[in-house]
Amino acid sequence: MSETYLGYSGELAKVLRELGVGVGDRVRVVKPDGSVYEGLLMPRYALSSRPIIVLKLDNGYNIGVRYEPGTRIELVEKRRVVVGGRVTVPLLEESPPPGPKPRVYIIGAGGTIASKIEYETGAVRAAMSPEEIVEAVPEIAFVADVGAGVLFNILSENMTPEHWEKIVDEVAKKIEAGYDGIVVTHGTDTMAYTAAALAFALRGLPVPVVLVGAQRSSDRPSSDAAFNLHAAVLTAARAPFAEVVVVMHGETGDTYALAHRGVKVRKMHTSRRDAFQSINALPLAKIWPSEGRIEVIDNSFRKRGEEELRVENGFERRVALVKYYPGMSSEIIDFLVDRGYRGIVLEGTGLGHVGEWLVDSIRRAVEEGVVVVMTSQCLFGRVNMNVYTTGRKLLAAGVIPGEDMLPEVAFVKLSWVLAHTSSPEEAKKLMLTNLAGEINPRHTVNLYPRWPHEG
Amino acid sequence: MPLSPKASLEGIDFRKLGLKVGLEIHQQLATRHKLFCSCPVELVEEGPEDVFPRRLRPTRSEIGEVDVAALFEWRKGRVYEYHAPRAASCLVEADEEPPHEINREALVIALAVAKALHAKPVDEVHVMRKIVIDGSNTTGFQRTAIVALGGYVTLSSGKRVGIQTICVEEDAARKIGEEGVRVKYKLDRLGIPLIEVSTAPDLETPEEAQEAAYLIGQLFRLTGRVRRGIGTIRQDLNVSIKGGAKVEIKGVQRLDLIAKVVAYEALRQYRLLQIRDELRSRGVKPEDLDNVEIVDVTDVFRGTKSRVIRRALSRGGRVLAVKLPGFHGILGVEVQPGRRFGTELADYARFWGGVGGLFHTDELPAYGITSEEVEKLYEKLGARKGWDAIVIVADEERKARKALEAVVERAKQALIGVPRETRAALEDGTTRYMRPQPGAARMYPETDIPPFEITEDVLKEAEALVPEPPEKKLEKLKSYGLSDELAQQVLRDIHLDLIEKLIEEFRGRVPATLIASTFTNILRSLRHEGVDVEAIPEHAYRELFSMIAEGRLAKDAIPDVLKFLAENPGSNVSEAIEKLGLGGVSLEEVEREVEKILDQLEGELREKGERIFGKVMGRVMAKYRGRVEGRVVAEIVKRRIRERLEKLGVGKR
Ligand SMILES: [Zn+2]
Repeated sequence: MSETYLGYSGELAKVLRELGVGVGDRVRVVKPDGSVYEGLLMPRYALSSRPIIVLKLDNGYNIGVRYEPGTRIELVEKRRVVVGGRVTVPLLEESPPPGPKPRVYIIGAGGTIASKIEYETGAVRAAMSPEEIVEAVPEIAFVADVGAGVLFNILSENMTPEHWEKIVDEVAKKIEAGYDGIVVTHGTDTMAYTAAALAFALRGLPVPVVLVGAQRSSDRPSSDAAFNLHAAVLTAARAPFAEVVVVMHGETGDTYALAHRGVKVRKMHTSRRDAFQSINALPLAKIWPSEGRIEVIDNSFRKRGEEELRVENGFERRVALVKYYPGMSSEIIDFLVDRGYRGIVLEGTGLGHVGEWLVDSIRRAVEEGVVVVMTSQCLFGRVNMNVYTTGRKLLAAGVIPGEDMLPEVAFVKLSWVLAHTSSPEEAKKLMLTNLAGEINPRHTVNLYPRWPHEG
Repeated sequence: MPLSPKASLEGIDFRKLGLKVGLEIHQQLATRHKLFCSCPVELVEEGPEDVFPRRLRPTRSEIGEVDVAALFEWRKGRVYEYHAPRAASCLVEADEEPPHEINREALVIALAVAKALHAKPVDEVHVMRKIVIDGSNTTGFQRTAIVALGGYVTLSSGKRVGIQTICVEEDAARKIGEEGVRVKYKLDRLGIPLIEVSTAPDLETPEEAQEAAYLIGQLFRLTGRVRRGIGTIRQDLNVSIKGGAKVEIKGVQRLDLIAKVVAYEALRQYRLLQIRDELRSRGVKPEDLDNVEIVDVTDVFRGTKSRVIRRALSRGGRVLAVKLPGFHGILGVEVQPGRRFGTELADYARFWGGVGGLFHTDELPAYGITSEEVEKLYEKLGARKGWDAIVIVADEERKARKALEAVVERAKQALIGVPRETRAALEDGTTRYMRPQPGAARMYPETDIPPFEITEDVLKEAEALVPEPPEKKLEKLKSYGLSDELAQQVLRDIHLDLIEKLIEEFRGRVPATLIASTFTNILRSLRHEGVDVEAIPEHAYRELFSMIAEGRLAKDAIPDVLKFLAENPGSNVSEAIEKLGLGGVSLEEVEREVEKILDQLEGELREKGERIFGKVMGRVMAKYRGRVEGRVVAEIVKRRIRERLEKLGVGKR
């Protein structure tokens, strides 16, 4: 059963393989009742073991034809590959004006910003050479001289600290090569984690580093990829701040993008364009790509070109992010300690609590040298463990209150901190120090969004 | 034979022209929710909505192709402003959430239609994305899927018209306005399930096309699961004649217009071929148009009396002109009644240049442009009077230039024949250029939606909805007591399923004939008066007939009540009765009124006896029409007359 061919499985896979047909070949399927279907063979995308052949008919539609005993499949013609003759109509009629422009380097680390559809087979191919990117989003050539390259292309959910480290090195290399800003294309699911990782590892950043992605894939006309990329390149080229930021849609319409500080941003929606929001902070700027305008919102940023880059790369892998839930067993904490974990970020309830039956296990963890940091499931607001008894007990057990850090940011920060110090005391000091804007000591009333409650 | 300036259908033999027509008929389905989300299938006029602007970018194929029309819209800076009513749209329509799985109910209805059309269901339904970048889909594509292939529909002549495909697809957003580069769409209609039946190009006369459309539409209604009202059924036509081209005509909303649209399009293609032949006989060649120069003639019009030109100049615009060599007289030639070749050029100028229109020498001097100005134009362009035509456009220079480039391109096409275009149907049966036809069908799989296998279970469900054949339905209608003529009318009525439901529901309480004729006669004449009868909800009819069944409303009052309901959306029958002063007449009051009238007519009564009945009846009804049943009044009048005559001792003669 595990033998699949073009996504087909079982008997059908065997028959197709023996026939030697490939995607795009013209085949004829004759069913036992005499009905005949002819079209181009399509791969089977659906993870289904049903014996159904997918054909693209001459009218462009795909249909599924059941393969039942007595069905005959014939190869009519091998696929004709169109060779050469790339006819490219430019999207824009105007060319960028001559003269020097800021230099921006685009690092591909997943998330397809530009792609092409093979209408014949439905295959979507990511396009990532500088030429292809400029061809797809010619607006960026008006903003910057663009260099680009693919570092790797993985799904956002498959990103690991190893990938963060690779991106840190690549960004550092390009900054040292004199680029005025860096753009990193990235899948959106874990983009905020990577943004935080870059923010901690790239000390003394002299230029903006912008993470960007798309919530609608770039093969569709309504994709947000081009808008976001345009805004990202504009930010990298011209923003006054030298910070790691995430630049994505600011609202559902194609109006402005927001530049969120990489250590204060979170993906707050599964699918909306404006899924990324700053939590416990204002975004740094509004970006209006069509007008080429950057409107700074928060002035408390590190200025461009003021410092010199110091790369402190490396992330400890033995760090866990644990979400507390009612009734959680202390075995989970014990397990991590026994397995040699060096850091635990707890995502506690409210002001920073867990069931009091966990306190003993947590105390043991701290005694064994594990750094334990408390954050809140509320996301909005600050941890304060002095207000209630359990909080005070946890503090006494040695838990570090994570201020207003997002749980994920605290996790990335602790991973980074523990890779650079072996002393729990030093780690504690660093966790309580604002290294990259991850701690906001002042929450004004407006920082909490107003949720709809009128019909 | 010289080319006559007027276009007329007289003497046209469509079969000789080699007319070929294929239909694409789209019908909205009355499902519980939309095709790819849980929103209700309804249009809303009020209530809160969210508004957001978007742009759509042309996508590029593997070999670098982009759709020219899409590219063009994007370059223009086209912005789509979406209005998302919260009652009838969600994140799916806003393209902010992936589509849900395909609506099974819609597939079942489509399979029922497929069965009635003798088509063969596919084994697995695959949803495709068809690129459509006019903004009417927030995604930039329409989701569509083939449900069945093949089949036929039989015309009254016995001719079988082939069916090519039966699809289920999502309806587009509805356009609610346009301001400059901003086009406004409302998202309530987006995602409503449509069934689309495409015929083979087997139809050879306008009448055949109309009949086939009628038969397929009737089949939809016979399922009892389709939406009613303006815009719920739309026909697209593919029309060609021998030597012409397959032209797509979009959005014919009225069935009775189809024959006319087809005839006029055949005529247009025929006339374009005549124009081509005329130009060829003049020795004009496509190359003659290759290097025509677009000239700035603003100087000619300094101090012009033309308001259009003055306005353009006052806004900083220019007047540009181009010479069409050998085209004198051609621009004034009609291709359809009231549409000249010049109008076709103007459509191109509007679409490609975004200008308001153009002037050409076949219609000048006029519109405030003097013969001296025309003279100067010919001079300035080095054009020959009586041989060349000149087209001018006054607008922003860039737009005017684009417009004239499109005009030259279209003029060049005239030397080849009929261009492949997508055209929009107009109210009078003529059509206007909409956009070029997209090259290859841009379709690719909708990978967000899993394929749907058509299993035995699904087919069994569909079986229950397969519409009865029209002949059988006719028999059934007649069995309710309807005359053959009325039954035929009901069969053609868009309310067919509702009429049948009501007849069943009020069996024995309201005559079937009354229910049927309420729709076939009363609604029809109200519609003719311009009353928007589509606004009357289904439950209002139910309320109406219950009142009649209970004797609380006279049948004479039906037209007034329906008119009131149509003009006051959201109102009900009781309100109508109250506001119109209908009902509420007691029999005692009628008795008193009859007495009063008989008192007044005593002399006449003595003289004429029972023959006075009509006169009395007339006066009473004049007062109570619609409020009390005539039959009841007649009884009272007859009884009272008899009583009086007895008293007077006139007795029977
Ligand atoms: Zn919806």
